[in-house]
Amino acid sequence: MDITSGVPVTYYVALSAILFIIGALGVLVRRNALIIFMSIELMLNAANLAFVAFGSVSDKLDGQIFVFFIMTIAAAEVAVGLALIVAIFRTKKSIDVDQINMLKG
Amino acid sequence: MTIDLILFLILAVVAIATALGMLLSRNAVYSALFLVLNFATVAVFYLLLGAPFIALAQVTVYAGAIMVLFLFVIMLLGTEELPERKVLNWQKPMAILLALVLMAEGIYLIFVQKSAAGIVTNNPGADFGSPQAIGDMLFNKYLLPFEVTSILLLVAMVGAIVLTNNRKGGQG
Repeated sequence: MDITSGVPVTYYVALSAILFIIGALGVLVRRNALIIFMSIELMLNAANLAFVAFGSVSDKLDGQIFVFFIMTIAAAEVAVGLALIVAIFRTKKSIDVDQINMLKG
Repeated sequence: MTIDLILFLILAVVAIATALGMLLSRNAVYSALFLVLNFATVAVFYLLLGAPFIALAQVTVYAGAIMVLFLFVIMLLGTEELPERKVLNWQKPMAILLALVLMAEGIYLIFVQKSAAGIVTNNPGADFGSPQAIGDMLFNKYLLPFEVTSILLLVAMVGAIVLTNNRKGGQG
């Protein structure tokens, strides 16, 4: 690879992939519902990083607009998700995802 | 090694270390604080990539609003630390194995097959990514998605209120 100036977009995509994998691992390994939720946020953020990197390399603003929309979706998702976690905690007195195994409250 | 590359590598180490700290912390409050630092690092990446508006939106929306909401709920529920009960013994090794497989696939696609090419230069033009350019595009090309987003936010707000509504007070 001949690098005279700047950073190859490959590096940004690799970093985004690593962050995404750490987030996926968090969803699989941890049992605390809040930490699983934070891992999902980390994965969304990794996708955003890839969007901006590709948008910057192809000189188009569309990638940044997509990131803007993803941020909005993430904010809405956090509001509803945290409300769900609070509602589950009220009935089950726990947010361990292994304890949540019944649809009936 | 250019200055861009050195800066990228330092920030990448910080980003990965904070993500791992989020994953490995026993205390949920520490996890949330690690995640705030990770979001701030990604915001600096956005600045390097010529996206100043997105970088500042990242700081205000993610590191500000969303993480404050997380910390608020963690402290409200008092569930900083859960006792680690193992229901499935094979789950953790299996998850790590699958993550390694995913990483190997990623390395193959990104570095061996080179499905992404190009170099990020640091001077993409004075107007690129400025709030004015973003707003121009948002209100012309992406007007309909923008309006749909406003309805989505309204629905999320109503949903959150309905879900946390105490049934003794109203009819839920």
